[in-house]
Amino acid sequence: MAILDRTISDDELHNLLSQRKLPRWTTLATCATAIAGSALLSFISPVSGVAGTAVFAFLLFIVLQTGLSFAVEGKRYAIDRLATTLLLSALTAALVPLVSILLTVLVRGLNAFNANFLTSTMRNVSPRRPGGGILHALIGTLEQVAIAAAIGIPLGILAAVYLVEYGNRSRLARTISFFVDVMTGIPSIVAGLFVYTGFILTLGLQRSGLAAGISLSILMIPVVVRSTEEMLRLVPRDLREASYALGVPKYRTILRVVIPSASTGIITGAMLAVARVTGETAPLLLTTFLTQSINTNPFNGPQASLPTYVWDQISSGTTASIDRAWAGALTLILLVMILNLSARLIARASRVK
Amino acid sequence: MAKRIDVSHLNVYYSNFLAVEDVTLAVEPKAVTAFIGPSGCGKSTVLRTLNRMHEVTPGARIEGKIMLDHEDIYGADIDPVNVRSTIGMVFQKPNPFPTMSIYGNVVAGIKLKKRTKRSELDDVVEASLRGANLWEEVKDRLDRPGSVLSGGQQQRLCIARAIAIQPQVLLMDEPCSALDPISTLAIEELIHELKQRYTIVIVTHNMQQAARVSDTTAFFNIAGTGKPGKLIEMNTTANIFSSPTEKATEDYISGRFG
Repeated sequence: MAILDRTISDDELHNLLSQRKLPRWTTLATCATAIAGSALLSFISPVSGVAGTAVFAFLLFIVLQTGLSFAVEGKRYAIDRLATTLLLSALTAALVPLVSILLTVLVRGLNAFNANFLTSTMRNVSPRRPGGGILHALIGTLEQVAIAAAIGIPLGILAAVYLVEYGNRSRLARTISFFVDVMTGIPSIVAGLFVYTGFILTLGLQRSGLAAGISLSILMIPVVVRSTEEMLRLVPRDLREASYALGVPKYRTILRVVIPSASTGIITGAMLAVARVTGETAPLLLTTFLTQSINTNPFNGPQASLPTYVWDQISSGTTASIDRAWAGALTLILLVMILNLSARLIARASRVK
Repeated sequence: MAKRIDVSHLNVYYSNFLAVEDVTLAVEPKAVTAFIGPSGCGKSTVLRTLNRMHEVTPGARIEGKIMLDHEDIYGADIDPVNVRSTIGMVFQKPNPFPTMSIYGNVVAGIKLKKRTKRSELDDVVEASLRGANLWEEVKDRLDRPGSVLSGGQQQRLCIARAIAIQPQVLLMDEPCSALDPISTLAIEELIHELKQRYTIVIVTHNMQQAARVSDTTAFFNIAGTGKPGKLIEMNTTANIFSSPTEKATEDYISGRFG
């Protein structure tokens, strides 16, 4: 058993525990050196331009830092620093397009975005003239998304409850699960075509907000089913058994114990599904098309909506209409943001304190 | 090998909440020190500060000093990862890695740190499993997953895993509370053997166990919810259980509360 016995002296113990570290300022110093080095190089080499210099400074920083760390701190810390740098760079690279989109929409959207824009419609507004507004599209989008949510969220949650609580991994349940997964990937225009051929051409339903809501709900259902299923599966078996052991029937266990335990996740999933369909354009063009004035009745006649409004204004191609398109996109992003924030507030409020 | 630990004026905080206040104690080498006390009194918290495991909890920090022989384990130039490979730990619930074989579990601490030759690993595996009294039971199925073992065997596997990295000190956080009496007996016998080589600190809810396995006992208590845990009394186990100086200790060990 000698292999496990290890007698170590005080010095050895110190060596074992201690770790030489670079002082904090070395990161900044290395960074400055790398920038200075690559700036210098840009004068004497074919590497030129801001982008080239930046890339070279970045590579130089990685090499310098890893080398320095390896010399002073040893292998583990050198790899740690290299990996940390790469992870942070990947994070930054992933954030750049996001921030860029948000900033562009904000800057360009603010040209036409004001109180008047939110409270007027495009009725009798020429595409060339500035002015006009988005009220009709806002009303349309809110109604269509509400219809979609009213159909999609209950259907999705009920389907997930069946799959998790009653399906018992039967062949039927597994088949449904598989097709739900496939459905999350269908192009949105296919949902539009389904409503167009199935409801409008075959059943004679009018082009209306209702038809749009149905097509959006088809896109929502798989997302809701998937997220609800995951959340229900996370509820521990012990909780269900604790409830059964009190003589509580299965349906009440599901309603009173399982779903409340998973509610935060279910609400988040449902709101993500709402946010996803709020920006859909293609199915709306097939199912409700667009108008320039207010139509508050989703059961009768074409309705405007934010995505189709943006599409319409872009197609007009004048300076004034393109400004309106950006302002419309800004409104759409704000709307989705408000929906997300309110979902978080609801989820927080529903928690037991 | 086997180092002593000296804790002086230790305060442990979770964010701004003072969980443990002013603990000063000494852990002797090659002996078993037991921490006893009611739930929430901070004995596990103190145990976790001994190998800097509490740092895994966000917001946890300490004040005071913890020395391993002459080395301050919270010193500026000390790396927590190195501390943990010198002071091993066994948890309440047996937690062998589910995706690794028995063999893989034993060498996990070695292989996850550095490359080692297969023959050397074989020797370490046999020595560690023998050290944990598990070799005879598993030598023919080292390639099976750790989950095929019983709870008591799994816990001995975790002990084998902890001693495979050649620690100086072994910390055990209620190692038997999830086990049946027979497995508990096996672990207690193992602790008796292990103290020939290691400094052992064990947290336990079971006072008979503390009386059976330990040489020194420290009693922790808490004045009420929201109050910090404190070290009430520390003495040889024989003294604590026969003639405690504090009233609270006597009440606790005679089962009048807690």
